[in-house]
Order: sequence, then structure tokens, then C-alpha cells
Amino acid sequence: MATYQSDGLTALGDPTRRVIFERLADRPRAVGELASELPVSRPAVSQHLKVLKDAGLVVDQPVGTRRIYQVDPDGLAALRGYLDHFWDQALAGFKAAVERQTKETE
Amino acid sequence: MSMHATDTATRHSIVVEAPIERAFSTFTEGFGSFKPREHNLLEVDIAETVFDTRVGGNIYDRGVDGSECRWARVLEFDPPHRVVFSWDISPRWQIETDLDRTSEVEVRFVAEAPHRTRVELEHRYLDRHGEGWEAVREGVGGEQGWPLYLDRFAREVDG
Repeated sequence: MATYQSDGLTALGDPTRRVIFERLADRPRAVGELASELPVSRPAVSQHLKVLKDAGLVVDQPVGTRRIYQVDPDGLAALRGYLDHFWDQALAGFKAAVERQTKETE
Repeated sequence: MSMHATDTATRHSIVVEAPIERAFSTFTEGFGSFKPREHNLLEVDIAETVFDTRVGGNIYDRGVDGSECRWARVLEFDPPHRVVFSWDISPRWQIETDLDRTSEVEVRFVAEAPHRTRVELEHRYLDRHGEGWEAVREGVGGEQGWPLYLDRFAREVDG
């Protein structure tokens, strides 16, 4: 379980992968489509998608000659991965805020 | 893969150098001071995030144009030990109006020393959001996607 969790978190730790993941959460997209929307080369997009796929966050299926990627619809991995990241950031911000206050009042 | 089916929560904890009362009040009243502002379902920038400190209240974002987004309901409020609120945001990053399809966040505060508090957070019942994934599977287009500019956010945090 821990490994599974950290996989998703690690996969979303990269800013470009997070953007790709968010685009896919919006709607399914093909590799070329993602590459045209982002300042990233097509091979780089493919590489990021492979990491997201290995982490269980996205799935792909062939449609004609293209391969369409989408957020994994069968599991909670994507939602969990996203929330893991959200709460990590929020708690880090919380710690900074509460300790700053404590310092100011001392 | 049964672990996927049963693991419907995500848990986090952090230790802060502050008394429990301050940790609790900062987490609740001060929620807007640390919530990543880019997490925004409004169409405009967030002016403030309000955490109603009572059961039955909401956590909501107020936009610079006065619009509001109530994305959580305060379910339990027990200062300075515990707070529970709902997560009324669907996997498609829209406000979920069907309350059976919302998850729940419990935050517990434990005093480890007079000036040190452990905060344990559990976001659970994620499976209740399940229906949302079917919409994703069907490829329903969403114009109201959550505009999450997390890359920008991460850059700011990482300095």
C-alpha cells in the first residue's frame, strides 16, 4: 500500500506530469494533442505518460491510429494521487503559517 | 488488486512547533492562509477562504467579484482536538451536490509537548466519489475543469 501510494505521489511530483494529468482529468487526449498544448516535445510527453501509466494514474487505449490517454476510470488512484499532493502542500503551508505566528508572539 | 478497492483513504501527519490551541485555530480560522490558492473552482481569483468554526457551517472561497464556492461542510467541531469536514468536490473538479457522493476529512490534534503538536489528517470514503469516474470514462467534456496551475504553485513553494 505504501509503495502504491508513493508511486502516485512520485509520479505527480513532476510539474509537467501534473499538468498532463490535469489535462487528462479534464478529458481524454492523444499524445499529439498534449504535445501541441504544452511546451514539451512529443517524445517527452510519451515518457511522462509512461510514468503516469506505470503509477496507475492513467490508462490508454488505441482509437484508430492514435492512442488516447485518460485518467484511470476504474480506480481511485488518480483521485488519491491528487489529494495526496494537495494535502502534502496544504500541511507544509500550515506548518509554515503556524510556526511563523508562534515566533511572532514569542 | 483488492488493496485498491479497500484503500479508500489518504493519510497525512505533520508535527508543528506550536501549542495545540494555536495549531487548531490556525488550521481552522487560518485555513485560507495556507490553502494553495490555485485550488480554485471559481472563475475569478479568490479574495479569501472562510472556515466557519461551527458544525453546520461551510468552508468556502469568496472570489474577488463576490462570488462564492462552498466546497465543504463542517461536520464536527471539537476545539482544540478534532475537526471533521466534508469534501464536496467531485473527481471532475466541480461542486458535488449529491451528498452521498462526497468524501470526508478528519483532522486530529495531539499535544506532544506544551509547544509541539502533531496533526493527523485522514481524507476518507474516497470511493463515494466513484460515480464521477464513470463520467470520465465516457469522456464527457468538462468546460469547468479545475484550473489548477500546480506547476506554478510548486515553483512558488519551492522558491
